[in-house]
Amino acid sequence: MAKAKLMDYDKALELFEPVLGFEVHVELSTKTKMFSAAPNNFGSEPNTNITPTCLGLPGSLPVVNEEAVRYSISLGLALGCEIAESSSFARKNYFYPDLAKNYQISQFDEPIAINGNVEVELPNGRIIQVDIERAHMEEDAGKLTHVGGSTGRIQGAEYSLVDYNRAGVPLVEIVTRMIEGAEHDAPELAKAYVATIRDIVLALGISDAKMERGNLRCDANVSLRPRGSDKLGTRTETKNVNSLRSVERAVRYEIQRQAQILSEGGTIIQETRHWHEDTGATSAGRPKSDADDYRYFPEPDLLPVVPDPALIEELRAALPEKPAERRRRLKAEWGFTDLEFQDVVNSGLLNEITETVAAGATPQAARKWWTGEIARLANAAEGDAGIDITPAQVAELQQLVDEGTLTDRLARQVLEAVAAGEGSPREIVETKGLAVVSDDGALIAAIDEALSAQPDVLEKIKDGKVQAAGAVIGAVMKAMQGKADAARVRELVLERAAAL
Amino acid sequence: MSDISAEQVRHLANLARIDLSDAEIATMTTELGQIMEAVASVQAVATPDVPATSHPIPLKNVYRPDVVADVIPTDKALASAPEHDGSRFKVSAILGEEQ
Amino acid sequence: MSDLIHKTAAELAEMLAAGTTTSVEITQAHLDRIAAVDGDLNAFLHVNAAVSLEAAKASDARRAAGAPLSPLDGVPIAIKDVLVTTDMPSTSGSKILEGWMSPYDATVVTKVREAGLVPLGKTNMDEFAMGSSTEHSAYGPTRNPWDLDRIPGGSGGGSAAAVAAFEAPLALGSDTGGSIRQPAHITGTVGVKPTYGGVSRYGAIALASSFDQIGPVTRTVLDSALLHDVIKGHDVHDSTSLKDEWPSFADAVKNADVKGLKIGVIEQLDDEGFQPGVLARFHESLELLKANGAEIVNVSLPSLAHAVAAYYLILPAEASSNLAKFDSVRFGLRVQPEGGGTVEQVMSATREAGFGAEVKRRIILGTYALSAGYYDAYYGSAQKVRTLVQRDFADAFSKVDVLASPTAPTTAWKLGEQLDDPVAMWRGDIATIPANMAGIPGISVPAGLADEDGLPVGIQFLAPAREDARLYNVGGALEALLEQKWGHTLLSQAPELKGGAL
Repeated sequence: MAKAKLMDYDKALELFEPVLGFEVHVELSTKTKMFSAAPNNFGSEPNTNITPTCLGLPGSLPVVNEEAVRYSISLGLALGCEIAESSSFARKNYFYPDLAKNYQISQFDEPIAINGNVEVELPNGRIIQVDIERAHMEEDAGKLTHVGGSTGRIQGAEYSLVDYNRAGVPLVEIVTRMIEGAEHDAPELAKAYVATIRDIVLALGISDAKMERGNLRCDANVSLRPRGSDKLGTRTETKNVNSLRSVERAVRYEIQRQAQILSEGGTIIQETRHWHEDTGATSAGRPKSDADDYRYFPEPDLLPVVPDPALIEELRAALPEKPAERRRRLKAEWGFTDLEFQDVVNSGLLNEITETVAAGATPQAARKWWTGEIARLANAAEGDAGIDITPAQVAELQQLVDEGTLTDRLARQVLEAVAAGEGSPREIVETKGLAVVSDDGALIAAIDEALSAQPDVLEKIKDGKVQAAGAVIGAVMKAMQGKADAARVRELVLERAAAL
Repeated sequence: MSDISAEQVRHLANLARIDLSDAEIATMTTELGQIMEAVASVQAVATPDVPATSHPIPLKNVYRPDVVADVIPTDKALASAPEHDGSRFKVSAILGEEQ
Repeated sequence: MSDLIHKTAAELAEMLAAGTTTSVEITQAHLDRIAAVDGDLNAFLHVNAAVSLEAAKASDARRAAGAPLSPLDGVPIAIKDVLVTTDMPSTSGSKILEGWMSPYDATVVTKVREAGLVPLGKTNMDEFAMGSSTEHSAYGPTRNPWDLDRIPGGSGGGSAAAVAAFEAPLALGSDTGGSIRQPAHITGTVGVKPTYGGVSRYGAIALASSFDQIGPVTRTVLDSALLHDVIKGHDVHDSTSLKDEWPSFADAVKNADVKGLKIGVIEQLDDEGFQPGVLARFHESLELLKANGAEIVNVSLPSLAHAVAAYYLILPAEASSNLAKFDSVRFGLRVQPEGGGTVEQVMSATREAGFGAEVKRRIILGTYALSAGYYDAYYGSAQKVRTLVQRDFADAFSKVDVLASPTAPTTAWKLGEQLDDPVAMWRGDIATIPANMAGIPGISVPAGLADEDGLPVGIQFLAPAREDARLYNVGGALEALLEQKWGHTLLSQAPELKGGAL
């Protein structure tokens, strides 16, 4: 596939204002499917998680999963939405082999949640409000595998195989309102928005939110408005974007592609485009047409969802803190500088530091370990199995430092051993004998030996040239294999020199 | 409103995935016109103040607990499939895009 | 032996309880009858004698052990092919499902099995229950036992004919716009459409989901009540299924008494649009009820004028969506276009070849009614008419206990007579459709024979939603009064079937 001609990004932004919109599908992690009692499991053998209902067998009927409704309400609330007093299901009619009934049960004119907003924080610290138009419940489709042809893609395939394990998995589709004003940050906003949704559903515990598994899927709408114009441009909808990084890249690509076409006097076609991870480009899909006549009508097999206000309040009370609010709270609690806090956020270390602080370490100590030595170890281990250090271990390590058992240098050594899976910090101190030698007797013996070996130095110290002690301290530290507190050694060296 | 063209019927047949013959399209165009004329009277009484009713008996909040049941084994599900590969249903090549 | 086939289900249950016969004897007698006469009738699409006798044997063993599953344990039953069954093919009268074996049983089928009834086979019907004559079956029409040149009504002509011809004492039917009640009227049998949600729809191949309801098809009101008592009740698989505690319908028949009962005659269904013989029997029945203490008043339901039109918008719309699943991917027919083709072409070719003309017509009509730009004018308007019809019924039932009308405008017509006009046959559903629009229960009880053609005529009673017991009360009372007056049952007047007529 030939990559389209792209305008330079900065140039594109000079000429056009990007307008965005997102449709994010979240697969809920209920035990069973949205409308049938089939297991909702990822990775099972094909066509094992199926009932007559998810196969669309004649005579089968849907029944709503109560847990999926609760999850959807929680998500709606977390998105700052109003929960509809009454919402209902509708049939969206279109033929496709992965859609067992050839209609999808979705929500149309009466979604469960409307009018919300989320705060999205960009890496540069900018905060953008994204308005949510609606969040509605629906069912996922099955999975097609295209066989034959060269690409494994739909084009050129000889035949396709259908697995209905995913058919009927509960989805919530979150639709934003048009997002204007992101400007240069549009691609970063796209990524940060999806990350925000991911954080919200993870905090709620209602989805595994793994983009690579399709638990979280984003369709990105992009259009460009010429500077100085108030007319919206034609938008494209890019699908198949399977990672946060791809969301950012796809939006950037569409901005550059559309800008190039528009600047050449061309027109943008309203169409679905597909993102290709391998080429880093989007390709044209189906143009919007009257084939999109989905003939929605109220699902006669299902009844309205009219949530009890008490249930809504119960779920509201159980909501976890919003990610943005939590960040504000933590920054204040920890007393980090803007720079320090941003570094923590960007490194995705909020949870680790929170837990390390909870385990007894000071915020600054926790921050230093996680953004410093542990990050270094993790980088070094990249590609391998990674490293496995728990917040509790970090807190324990810091405690050993605070109580004088370990010096910073020793602590780094212990940390390496922890990362290598050799045990807890205390166990490692124990088994490797890495503790600071705090027995003055052993130190004095070593000092006396060093002083007698360097009589000239002793003389200098006695003469008041205290800085000469450094040579003796170095020798003692070496003799103690580093397991001594240098400050204490210095004290003792001066004491002994005076006494001798 | 009931002036229905053959082209429209062809479009409807495409939406409904029925490969109607030209003769069927011709017949159905006439019949559909007659039928729509016969049912057009509903518009006269369906004034804006009348709410629509989708369900004969008003119920709400009918739910199922989130518990696994009713699973059918793969071989039973595939037994009546026109074609399968032992674990998945097999269909001819797909012309259109991923939906 | 052969006398067993003329017994009602209630009588057979008594004989089984008394030990004067066995389920195997009863089942064999009915299988013999089917073998003798069904070549003329074509009421059954599938019969498996071995399986039925196996079930009968098991029933006899339970009786012998003193542990029958229900009073009807061992009594045979015919099942409309709209209901899915694991041990018999389920086709809904369509080529597209020819030979299809369901991996699960419909809930009502499970319930009749759990009550020990013995399934005899699957009965013929208009394809996907679209029709009023059973001529739209892909497997040939069923013939009326009263006159083999005439239709048995529809869509459940097979179930009605089977019961009328003594091939089965009981049958299950489905009623979307009259498919249980109209064939009962046409064949001189009893048919009941329960309150919407009173009986599970799970495993009933859907025609129009918001109208479909499963119900009994029998020769007596008591038998309908007994069967209704078996199949009623909540089902977790059907969201529209009601959780109500239902009274015993059999008791309602046994204690039938119309003294003080207020019966409203629907003015809009009592006019010259109905055949004189149909109207004559209707009014005779009302007189009889009045003579026995019922109060008869006229009521007006003005919105019924639009009910049929609204019905024929809502039904095709829902059906066009319900029938989309017949796409050749997971089950059923697959037709490969010449030279192969894409899956879209295979689907289109399959649906072109697998659906009959009436089904295609309704799918196209429904697709049209739902399509962009027409929804409000057609489907949306029809749903509003539904509100008006419901309001009319609510108003009427604030004044009377039950409503009455002839079940259908005419007696059985000749095969092929109405096939050409797609709209004409719909007019025949004018009296039955309103109940489906409103979700209320209805019964058709034999009211006699029309003077002009000597063919059966039924009377329909309607009750408010959840008040099915009222139908068994008034139906049971009228049946007893009429049989007392005639000195015989209506079906005893049917010509004797010898088999081999065709």
